[in-house]
Amino acid sequence: MAEADNAISLRRLDAHYIGMLEYAQAWELQKTYVKQIDQGEREESLLLLQHPPTYTMGSDKHPEHLLLDEDQLAERGITLFQIDRGGDITYHGPGQIVGYPLLYLDAEGLNLHGYLRSLEQVIINWLSEYGIEAGRKPEYTGVWVGHSKIAAIGVKFNKARKRRGFVTSHGFALNIKSGIAEEGFSGIVPCGIQQFGVTSFNDLTGLELTVEEAAMQLLPHFAKEFKYDLKLIEE
Amino acid sequence: MMKTMTEIVVPQLAESLVSATIDKWLKQPGDWVDVYEPVCEIITDKVNAELPSTVAGKLVQILVEKGETVPVGTPICVIETEGTVDVALQAAPEGHSATSERASEKEPLAVESEDAPMRNRFSPAVQQLAAEHAIRLSDVPGTGLGGRITRKDVLAYVASGAGKSNQSANGSVAAPAPRTVDAAAQVRSSGLHLTETPKFPKIEVEGSSNAGRGDNFIDVTPIRNTIARNMRQSVSEIPHAWTMIEVDVTNLVLLRNKLKDDFMKREGINLTYLAFLLKAVVNAIKDVPIMNSMWAVDKIIVKRDINIALAVGTEDSVLTPVIKNADHKNVAGLAKEIEELARKTREGKLTLSDMQGGTFTVNNTGSFGSILSYPIINYPQAAILTFESIVKRPVVINDMIAVRSMANLCLSLDHRILDGVICGRFLQRVKDNLESFNLESKLY
Repeated sequence: MAEADNAISLRRLDAHYIGMLEYAQAWELQKTYVKQIDQGEREESLLLLQHPPTYTMGSDKHPEHLLLDEDQLAERGITLFQIDRGGDITYHGPGQIVGYPLLYLDAEGLNLHGYLRSLEQVIINWLSEYGIEAGRKPEYTGVWVGHSKIAAIGVKFNKARKRRGFVTSHGFALNIKSGIAEEGFSGIVPCGIQQFGVTSFNDLTGLELTVEEAAMQLLPHFAKEFKYDLKLIEE
Repeated sequence: MMKTMTEIVVPQLAESLVSATIDKWLKQPGDWVDVYEPVCEIITDKVNAELPSTVAGKLVQILVEKGETVPVGTPICVIETEGTVDVALQAAPEGHSATSERASEKEPLAVESEDAPMRNRFSPAVQQLAAEHAIRLSDVPGTGLGGRITRKDVLAYVASGAGKSNQSANGSVAAPAPRTVDAAAQVRSSGLHLTETPKFPKIEVEGSSNAGRGDNFIDVTPIRNTIARNMRQSVSEIPHAWTMIEVDVTNLVLLRNKLKDDFMKREGINLTYLAFLLKAVVNAIKDVPIMNSMWAVDKIIVKRDINIALAVGTEDSVLTPVIKNADHKNVAGLAKEIEELARKTREGKLTLSDMQGGTFTVNNTGSFGSILSYPIINYPQAAILTFESIVKRPVVINDMIAVRSMANLCLSLDHRILDGVICGRFLQRVKDNLESFNLESKLY
């Protein structure tokens, strides 16, 4: 394979498939990793996991886009977090692959929007293998199939302490299991976008891929798009 | 408690359906049935389907036994519902504790008083139908836009017996679900004539005297009959216009030749030109959405989903299975869908959902060698496009003659909705899309 030939010149990326993890724990984990990566104590990493039902609200917050009150949230067993990524409200839950790429982006030639576009491209490329034509909507971040959103993207660029660049955190949430729209997204206006719906990989293809299978299939696409020598770290 | 008897009828499941056979009853008399819950399975030549109930209630009687074949519109069972008409009843003054028919007549009248600008405008078809059944149109509740009375309303009125004419609406016309249901959810009352089947004039065939010696008589199969009716409905209701454009597909031919072997290895199916054409058509529809529309009496409905119906010919019929959300697929995805639908058509395994929801039709007429055709629109869509044979022809480019692979695209359009300018723009877009395929183009 071509990747093997180029491996020497590519930076290493450790990919972790973590499975189910509480949002708060994952958040702490991200912060720890970001610090370690900044200080050169850890390889750049890609965390792949699932969350229990959770709503997260980004910096671009519109409380009116959450359609449930506290009691209703408690009744449905959904936790709400106000967090430090860009974007409005979104839902995480079982059946959705959440990816947190924790990458060092050097200040030189830094293109923050380019980073978002590359994240989208990874998912677009993976979906295309299944005959699905996914794309972007110019005014909204994320990956869309027709008028429905299949992946939400929201990131934070953490200013590195020791170097001139940034370490990324947060990332993408890609819907795999069918019916996920009904489960979580019905309680919110996803990303504050009123007129469009939400879809999932299994809804689109009629296949029954698991989140872990999807995660494994995404890895080579991620490595290719971001040009890393990716190693899957078995937990 | 009010009890209402509701008959479930064999619906017009697909354009190519005139009758259906009950395969299996999923519910028995005495069983409770929820709305949309299947009551039985029906089979036809091409489509097998579970038939959902239109109401919730208790199944009280089965009218058509397993194994029997009945025409579309035939009641097959009776469901007893409770209190479905209470809204209208409460609204009505007392003394109207009457029958469900009367209650249901009442409700649309309330609608009328609010806003019924179309209430007194009748289409010729409606007037004729009313005359045939000797009913007064002012008595008929209208469910169309603005309270307009549709043929369906007239038929429902006749079927309810309210007209007290000596005629009964039976047989060939699909009896709509009872008004109690309609009134509750007027989802499909836009004045569209989707489920209607126009009456056939009786044609007297004068025995065998017309036939010469040695002539053959072929029984008209149900599917042939349906095709005949649909074609007739399309040409009699839709003012067709026709236009054609020629496309230079030389680069597409090179691209396909380059990719087809790998594609076969990878996907196990043929990479057809049709897949590329569909991609070009879908992208053109995105730019010219009015092509993806239908005429609805006093509105034009532009459909948001792009569902491409594909004309698939068999030995003795043509079916139009549908690629849903064709804009969600890349060329490879479309190729797979085409293969899948063609296979299902050949094997007679198309399901009801395969046949429904088409918004624009494409016919690959080139597959049987045609270079020009005048297609009939797949009612009630706005247009149909044919993809004719790819032939090598001398073409003038920059005042020189070159040999190029050329194909014609023919478009029939509903001239009520579309005109030459917009269709010209659409075809030009399809042409540009097809001609911009080149050796660098990607399937995925």
